[in-house]
Amino acid sequence: MKLSTTKRLERLHDRYANGDLNRRSFLTLTAAAATTAGLSLPWAGRALAAGTEVRFDGWGGVVQEAIDKYAFQPYTAKTGLKVVQGTFGDENEIITKIKTSKPGDFQVIHSSGVNYYIKYVNAGVTSELNEANIPNLANVLQPMIEPFRKLTPKLSAVPYDYGTTGLAYNTTVISPEEAKEKGAGLLADPKYAGKIGGYADMTTRVWYAALAIGQDPNAISDIEAVWAKVRETRDLAKKFWSSGAELMDLLSKGEIVVTDAWSGRVAALQDQGHPIGYLDPAGSYAWMEDMLVLKGSPMAECEELLNFMLDPATAIAVAEGQSYPPSLDPTKVKLTEKIEKLPAFDPTGTMSSLTFADPIYWADNEDAWTKQWDRISKGA
Amino acid sequence: MYNPRLAWMLVAPALLLLVFFLLLPIAVMAVYTFFTFITAGVEASTLTLANWHEFLTDGYYHGFLLKTIRVGALTAAICGVLGYFPAYFIWATTFKHKWLLLLLLIVPFWISFTIRTFSWIHILGEQGVINVTLLKLGLINAPLQMLYTEGAVIMGLLHFLLPYMILNVYVSLESIDRTLISAARSMGCTSAQAFREVTLPLSLPGLAAGLLLCFVLAAGSYVTPQLLGSGRDALFGNLIYDTIMGQLNWPMGATLSIVLFVILGFFAAIYTRYMGMSQIVKGLGG
Repeated sequence: MKLSTTKRLERLHDRYANGDLNRRSFLTLTAAAATTAGLSLPWAGRALAAGTEVRFDGWGGVVQEAIDKYAFQPYTAKTGLKVVQGTFGDENEIITKIKTSKPGDFQVIHSSGVNYYIKYVNAGVTSELNEANIPNLANVLQPMIEPFRKLTPKLSAVPYDYGTTGLAYNTTVISPEEAKEKGAGLLADPKYAGKIGGYADMTTRVWYAALAIGQDPNAISDIEAVWAKVRETRDLAKKFWSSGAELMDLLSKGEIVVTDAWSGRVAALQDQGHPIGYLDPAGSYAWMEDMLVLKGSPMAECEELLNFMLDPATAIAVAEGQSYPPSLDPTKVKLTEKIEKLPAFDPTGTMSSLTFADPIYWADNEDAWTKQWDRISKGA
Repeated sequence: MYNPRLAWMLVAPALLLLVFFLLLPIAVMAVYTFFTFITAGVEASTLTLANWHEFLTDGYYHGFLLKTIRVGALTAAICGVLGYFPAYFIWATTFKHKWLLLLLLIVPFWISFTIRTFSWIHILGEQGVINVTLLKLGLINAPLQMLYTEGAVIMGLLHFLLPYMILNVYVSLESIDRTLISAARSMGCTSAQAFREVTLPLSLPGLAAGLLLCFVLAAGSYVTPQLLGSGRDALFGNLIYDTIMGQLNWPMGATLSIVLFVILGFFAAIYTRYMGMSQIVKGLGG
């Protein structure tokens, strides 16, 4: 017969009360039971949660609110599986947490495309998706899937949305004509000294500095000239922001009048009625985001969730909510008028009008350039 | 009667906690300083002195270390000046609900530290209370640049650390035998002389304990410079954050962490040598 822990402790207490057990043995056994219970609690909780919930970590703010409202809540209502959510401001932050946690602690990540995919692959934390369980993957743009497949023939992530980091400007201070004329040069325009912002991220800073001096961001010929331009922007900038919420705060409060900015966040500000214009200059930095499943995750549940998220009805609702176009192929799936008007939307499905970072080129330079950017951002 | 075995048994849980949650993690960090960085997020256990060599030969790190010590010392000194008077007032007041004054000191701790720090953005920002008021009064034509400066960082640190200083000085004042002051007065001292000759010297251990606490906490801070300062106003803690969380270079991040730990430990050790740790314990216990 199998005894429950409660029954065992009750019997132990009875023996002690009846005098069948001396005090020292009783205390020793009770302490052992308490220690066992204490040590097993974290794992027991996780084991109990397995099969009933999936862990998701994303960028927070309006983006995650849209994903929660249009994907997770309907998914939970349909399947009973709960999606437990966390947020991060910088993806390296979540990679650090993943490195220090056990497989399965973190499961699905709203990741920043191929540039970051390499980091997860290098760290050995990626999984292998069974694509047969994600039939809606067939509707996803092939040009978005291919870069991932080049790195790992068996996917660990599905592309989910894309956007650009263009120029956002306060239309009460800068006219659309001026923005168009100056383009990336606006970020180093002494006229707006002290009112310039920028994303505190190496790739964005190097990308826009390269554009400003006429270099190809995917084949930089003179990195020292790029760093000089980065310093120029730094000296004129008021603040380099580090999260979407901070970007929206700085722009909406008028602390800055021009910055490079995420297209979806700018669209959200425009929806709120702020006088903010958006411009994608030639060679504007395009990026994609994916839903990455980590090693140790409950794969069947995660694949089911991804398939639900890629369902056209869900993906379209999320896209409209977060103001980023979905990864659905517009030649296969009829998208809404609202999505077709979103910044960065590519109606051809070829993605040829967008300039993405070459993952191999940037991965090769990532360590050295990140270190240099960290120094420059601190005045070096 | 003193029983050494019982004493060890009683102290064992605390010792085990210290070993597993303090000494062991520090030891692991120390070992990491000798690991080899391969690429972002990947390191090898091949032992190397490269991280220490980089720290010892790169002026970038030394500059930030000196700046961190300077900001920490300045913050602690201002805390000392600003904190002594409220502590003295609470100690000297005849207000019968003195506990209320002490409670007011603790109230800020009920609000999240991050939110308290963020609140300065709404005070010092271009659209903040100070700039808006000055602009409306016509005292300035353009907003003053107060936010994202070293001054804003020090202000944020003062806001966070002042209660620690006041509590330390107050505890020290409380332990003074008031009859000594009466004796000084009866022997002809004026109030100011009694303060200078009796109260101040006897409260110095509390002041020194507060200075050390404020210095260590300020020099080890990361959130305040991140939120209220520009990149140039970063402290050593921000360098550690960038190295570990941005560059994903754990071996170098561990090296910088150990450096900061040793430097702050050095100051704490000097204090312990000359002042004794009991003052800090008293201060923390209120």
